Amino acid sequence: MSEQLPIRLTVNGAELSAEVEPRLLLSDFIRHRAGLTGTHVGCEHGVCGACTVLVDGEPQRSCLVFAVQADGAEVETVEGLAAPGAELHALQQAFHEEHGMQCGFCTSGFLMTSAALLREHPHPSDAQLLDAISGNLCRCTGYQNIIRAVRSAEAKLAAQAGDGTPAAAPAGDADGA
Amino acid sequence: MKPAQFAYHAPTRLEELLQLLADGAGEARVLAGGQSLVPMMNFRLATPETLVDLRRVQALRELSVRAADGALLVGAGVTQARLLREPAVQAGFPLLAAGVAHVGHPQIRSRGTVCGSLAHSDPTAELPALALAHDARMTIARAPRRREFPPGSTNRTQPWNSQSERRELAADDFLVSYYETAVEPGELLEQVAFPPLPDGAGWSFRELARRHGDFALAGAIAVVAPGRHARLVLFGVGDRARRIASVEELLLRAPAADAVPGDAAALLEQIRTQVPALVAAAVNPSGDVHASADYRRELAGTLAVTAIAEALERAR
Repeated sequence: MSEQLPIRLTVNGAELSAEVEPRLLLSDFIRHRAGLTGTHVGCEHGVCGACTVLVDGEPQRSCLVFAVQADGAEVETVEGLAAPGAELHALQQAFHEEHGMQCGFCTSGFLMTSAALLREHPHPSDAQLLDAISGNLCRCTGYQNIIRAVRSAEAKLAAQAGDGTPAAAPAGDADGA
Repeated sequence: MKPAQFAYHAPTRLEELLQLLADGAGEARVLAGGQSLVPMMNFRLATPETLVDLRRVQALRELSVRAADGALLVGAGVTQARLLREPAVQAGFPLLAAGVAHVGHPQIRSRGTVCGSLAHSDPTAELPALALAHDARMTIARAPRRREFPPGSTNRTQPWNSQSERRELAADDFLVSYYETAVEPGELLEQVAFPPLPDGAGWSFRELARRHGDFALAGAIAVVAPGRHARLVLFGVGDRARRIASVEELLLRAPAADAVPGDAAALLEQIRTQVPALVAAAVNPSGDVHASADYRRELAGTLAVTAIAEALERAR
């Protein structure tokens, strides 16, 4: 048994303490230790984006972060978007309505990436949107419905916030490009 | 797909970090953003015995413009995302901002560091090329070679009573070859300083990748103030990013574009006819599944011409 190090972090607002091997990846900590299996593990070398979570508000690949590096951090996973049984987050609702998924393997990664994007840029340009999701692979949808879903969520969130800013729907909605 | 075991340290003081690296006797690696190192560890292409994480060292988070010469100072802990968010970078270092936006994806840039990418020295990476184009200078630090407490002492609570050693290198001396820099075992790339581009110089950043965010097949950076200053840097077409001296000489001989009517067109024509051959003679690309060596050589020439033309347009 190799050395175990104590870590303390918050995951979706809940404080967790654990003893971990330094080599434990944050993705494995989230799934196996925190029991949150909504975060998916695809390639485990930083290419597919399925394991994307927010660390201190920024989207990061949890397979390229050791759990010990997240000591003291605030981590948000897809389970943090909406509690089980509660109303879906606007992004989740939009992905459902716009068919922004088929098999669903990549979906939690896209949701977390998009959540970070819409927090930083409530009305992203097409270039910002494409750049944001360029690090997430989806082999089912061809991305068009994912782009529609993010644009739809943008409008839903703006309506929720009541900011009155018209969503840039025409630019991204019709062809998503 | 899981890393091998290693010991992990996350010190809070720079001196302690440097001592841990020195104690590691070449088997300790610096962990900054980990966006290149951790994939290699997941594949077990890298199996360091010890990782020394710099995330807790406040002194390495410096990101500022030096009053004396306007150079942008970037500490080893500064992520690429933080660099892109910095107003001073967006306002005063547009070439750097344009180039770093091509590094990986947002999830990579939010963790990956500027200095980490330089120290990794991937031949297709943007940052080493940007460092050459900016005449950047690297500060490399190491623990004092002679410690004043007894050798073999592991008591790290003892006060540090001698200065860390530092050396400064120009980007061209820092970069060595494929995944190799002048940083030796036990050393840390502590900081990089990017001087601003010369007044009136135009710039251009061009790369071709299969998809945005992928490793570039080839890339070119041009910085030109006609007759006064010229940098042409190519990356992805050899063992490391390099300046192309023959093309820079051609650009330095060129008259200011607006000196005589018609000169601008003549200069562009000269660039279009001469640069591709000069580039082809100077680069040494290898082929892989994505592109043949011949294709990359031709692409480098095309990107160089396009970049120079755009830089000339932007020059004042």
